Amino acid sequence: MSSLARWEHFQHQADIGVRGMGATPEEAFEMTALALTGVVTDPALVEPREAVKLACDAPDLELLLVDWLNALIYEMSTRSLLFGRYAVTIEGERLEGTAWGEPVDRQKHKPAVEVKGATYTELKVARENGLWIAQCVVDV
Amino acid sequence: MSNVEREGLVESGADRWEMAPRGGMRVPVVIFASRALLEGMDERVFEQARNVATLPGIVKASHAMPDAHWGYGFPIGGVAAFDPEQGGVVSAGGVGFDISCGVRTLLTGLPREELEPYKERLADALADNIPAGLGSKGLIRLNDREMTAMLRGGARWAVERGYGEEADLERTEERGCMAGAEPEQVSARARERQRQEMGTLGSGNHYLEVQEVAEVYDEAVARTYGVARGDIVVSIHCGSRGLGHQIGTEFLRRMVVEAPRHGIRLPDRELACAPLDSTLGRAYLGAMRTGINCALANRQIITQLVREVFARLFPGHPLPLLYDVSHNTCKEEWHQVEGGRRRLFVHRKGATRAFGPGHPELPEALRGVGQPVLIGGSMGTGSYILCGTAQSEALAFSSACHGAGRAMSRRAATRRWHGRQVVDELAARGILVRSPSLRGVAEEAPGAYKEVSEVVESAHRAGLARKVARLVPLICVKG
Repeated sequence: MSSLARWEHFQHQADIGVRGMGATPEEAFEMTALALTGVVTDPALVEPREAVKLACDAPDLELLLVDWLNALIYEMSTRSLLFGRYAVTIEGERLEGTAWGEPVDRQKHKPAVEVKGATYTELKVARENGLWIAQCVVDV
Repeated sequence: MSNVEREGLVESGADRWEMAPRGGMRVPVVIFASRALLEGMDERVFEQARNVATLPGIVKASHAMPDAHWGYGFPIGGVAAFDPEQGGVVSAGGVGFDISCGVRTLLTGLPREELEPYKERLADALADNIPAGLGSKGLIRLNDREMTAMLRGGARWAVERGYGEEADLERTEERGCMAGAEPEQVSARARERQRQEMGTLGSGNHYLEVQEVAEVYDEAVARTYGVARGDIVVSIHCGSRGLGHQIGTEFLRRMVVEAPRHGIRLPDRELACAPLDSTLGRAYLGAMRTGINCALANRQIITQLVREVFARLFPGHPLPLLYDVSHNTCKEEWHQVEGGRRRLFVHRKGATRAFGPGHPELPEALRGVGQPVLIGGSMGTGSYILCGTAQSEALAFSSACHGAGRAMSRRAATRRWHGRQVVDELAARGILVRSPSLRGVAEEAPGAYKEVSEVVESAHRAGLARKVARLVPLICVKG
């Protein structure tokens, strides 16, 4: 992980924005995924006990970000998992990722809210002053 | 600069503002709100309402309700109708992720005094019986065949399986079963996402509340609705769960990718839409209608779970359904436009259908007075029952507001309040909150919402719907 890697939330009136930053698009995507976990719980509380592999294809990086987050939302929902660590590779239009996590434990994770989907609102994947930023609003 | 000045809004009636078409707008924007509500709106509401006005085949105006706020593509609180004969479109963003999210209200016939000694027990029993919050699972598992039957049958399917009564169906929009649902348009992933979620409340702003009728504004209509001051009612606010979210996700993406092929220029990708007469447009309608049925079935199952709890604590109270409304939909309806009746596809994104007296869709018992319009508030402030009006048809295709709308982001709310403190403060006011998530409670703190009464007063003055009764919460089960 580079020294540039970090994540944060940003304001949306009804919902919440997720933003990841890093030295590469891959790292920014990993951080955005951590911000997604951060909507539900503190990512530090999630132990990487099992791994889920996923892949998606999209014609541009912005659509790819939405697809990546929606693929994670699907896995979280259908497997009742939370993820605390991510690894992403992007080659051309294809993203391959691994998410490490564990089953939701209400006592331990105290999940705040469930995420319905990633949206195209405030969607941006761009390099600004040497820093890759990947962000969008998620519907909760 | 004020919103009115910047947007060039002209007052054109009671709590009604109009913005003339400019740029690529095909029709005006019409916003129903008091000046104070209008000035309090985020400027992106106006931008989004203008964007909607540019979409092909839009009829009359791009409307926004008094509770309008910044949404996705469409403003939340947006109403727009499209004509298939004029190249009209259907927009997955204009319906939203939580397809057919809505509210239903059950009448208990119990006065508050009878409930009071059992309040704690009732709160605990409801929280135990109704799965809520992330990680909760429904008690019903559907195999593929049953899932298909549910997607086609809606609340009717649920009643046939023993969840509720035949009488509930005529108190539900579409008589409990949305026609034109096509389960074959629903992906395996959408089905998978629903498999463990039948009969669950969800999280976020969804809730189940036991409420007291605190005030009655229109005695005659209230009597017809079976609502009297001091009575206890139960309201359920939830939607189509994982199935609707996945359908929304998948079709939004397909519409974004296909839009250029249909010659549609999107000012905002989230406005993604497809012509009503295209393969994709028809596929979405078929899938979206299964989402409506899923939401109706879901609220019907939860109704049964509530009735089971009441039957144990208050035997002899059957809890009849007052009405069930959906506020995230696109519906094919006939409307009077410029002297003629036209078949339109009306998007209501965070807006409630509000049919006036005499509408054939209404059950006979309600036809004389108009449709119950159920407006959810926040945990602390209360909710309203309104009634559809005759003039609402001409104002906004028979539509009204849907709730309070957030005044503060989730993040700002958690910085300001702690969940425990919110629970304690509400308890001191006699409101029992049951939730598996204290952070969720903080995010939904009453202070994070706009004052619902301002929204309702404005809808009342504009004539979109008329006030009938105000409800205050006594018990709130949150996800």
